[in-house]
Amino acid sequence: MPKITFLTSDGQRSTFEIAAGTTLMQGALQHGIDAIVAECGGNSMCATCHVYIDDAVARELSPMSADEDALLDGAAADREPGSRLSCQIRVTSACEGLLVRLPDRQT
Amino acid sequence: MSAKESLSAGSSGVHQVPLQEAVPLQIDPFSMDFFADPHPAHHVMREAAPVVYFPMWKTYGVARYEEVHAVLHDPQTYCSSRGVGLSDFAKEKPWRPASLILEADPPAHGRTRAVLSRVLSPAVMKPLRESFVVAADACVDQLLQRQSFDGIKDLAEAFPLSVFPDALGLKKDGREHLIPYAALVFNSFGPPNALRQRAQELSAPHQAYVQAQCQRENLAEGGIGAKIHACADTGEITPAEAPLLVRSLLSAGLDTTVYGIGAALYCLARYPAEWQRLRADLSLARNAFEEAVRFESPVQTFFRTTTKDVVLGNTAIPEGEKVLMFLASANRDPRRWDNPDQFDITRRASGHVGFGSGIHMCVGQLLARLEGEVMLHALARRVATLEITGPVTRAFNNTLRGLEALPLTIKAA
Ligand code: HEM
Ligand code: FES
Repeated sequence: MPKITFLTSDGQRSTFEIAAGTTLMQGALQHGIDAIVAECGGNSMCATCHVYIDDAVARELSPMSADEDALLDGAAADREPGSRLSCQIRVTSACEGLLVRLPDRQT
Repeated sequence: MSAKESLSAGSSGVHQVPLQEAVPLQIDPFSMDFFADPHPAHHVMREAAPVVYFPMWKTYGVARYEEVHAVLHDPQTYCSSRGVGLSDFAKEKPWRPASLILEADPPAHGRTRAVLSRVLSPAVMKPLRESFVVAADACVDQLLQRQSFDGIKDLAEAFPLSVFPDALGLKKDGREHLIPYAALVFNSFGPPNALRQRAQELSAPHQAYVQAQCQRENLAEGGIGAKIHACADTGEITPAEAPLLVRSLLSAGLDTTVYGIGAALYCLARYPAEWQRLRADLSLARNAFEEAVRFESPVQTFFRTTTKDVVLGNTAIPEGEKVLMFLASANRDPRRWDNPDQFDITRRASGHVGFGSGIHMCVGQLLARLEGEVMLHALARRVATLEITGPVTRAFNNTLRGLEALPLTIKAA
């Protein structure tokens, strides 16, 4: 299982093994990461599962759909080049060692 | 139930486990007794089988989370275009022109859905928040002066009425038709029982009002309704489609939030410890609303229609059958939730199906949450105690669950 590190906006770091095939959002919820809210349950409708990932890595993981792009414009925290919706990223072996930064708010 | 009995096992695909019959139940999920307290019946349905059958209305039913979720996420097999009520549009003419979004399937659904998603997106919600906060404060101000009031009429209805029609851009006149129109729409998803018949008999003036308000000239510049019409200018939808999409918001956007806010209020009044938790941490307001939507499920049910013979949870369902999804029951399925019958405002409610799930998941969910959050925040900030001080009465509707009256007394913090 790929090891993924989450970094909160106040600098707390935690690393978890997340099963390939689940989404990054689901993995985060399973490990009790409060900074991911996921109000719509992964239906790509709420933008409350916003995360920051290195831009180049994110592109490689799974390309961004037009819907995701539009939703990110409405995310509560600032949008950055590496902004993604964690419910739209499926964990694969390529995620080993991934660093996921969490925004300071989701709503 | 001949169609079901004549279906031989294994009609679609290879299955290791022998197929079961859908368990027939003599429950009427649209009766007054059921509505008065659906939870024991939900329990019976969940425990009976993954798929049950209601001979009385000739419909299949799913009440466990897993099957409800599966049906919601397979729109090819469980379609919406034959109606999301009991009436099968392949056999009966719809009582009003079908919805272009709720009662549509892919690919047609995707086009209209894109328009409503855009006009109700997170980016559109941001600038609305401030005016909603002001309106919520004004509402609480008034209630604090009165101290005793009806939590449904004076709060759960009054607040959405003070923000939603303006956000849409509706004229001031005639707004009293909005709630009866929505009640009609939601009753009409049910079977031809007294609730549905009575609603239909009284429908003409409400329908006339709504039809007129959906027209472009009646919608204020800058509002959500005008934004929908603007999409006809770019050719994304046709000028004839725009009013019908506005109608979707008039149907689904007001009464649902009245019931949602009413649910939250009723829960917080019944569980004072949760109310005190909210007062101690106002940042819980949004999740408290979400948990109330899970716990009470203001929208209790929706139907789908099978487009082919299918096997669901080891049960064969033939083509052309109605399947009733008990969203409310899925939201309290102990297979999915810890302590499902406990109202817990810190619960991780993500994944509940109170707003549906999949391609038809509520397109107005962000607006609903904004209203709920802002109202609970305003209340919890200014009110110390919330007490039920009179007889609570239930509202009866074939789809919506909520109260008719909730007499409350509040004390300022
Ligand atoms: C607490 C309040 C609300 C609840 C519980 C609720 C519930 C639901 C549910 C369960 C569905 C799924 C229908 C299906 O799967 O067939 C739905 C869809 C829908 N809702 Fe809501 N709703 C609420 C508020 C709103 C608001 C505020 C609006 C509009 C501003 C709205 C507009 C719609 C529309 C247009 C659809 C159809 C979406 C589609 O078919 O793609 N709802 N809602
Ligand atoms: S969980 Fe809602 S957009 Fe990702």
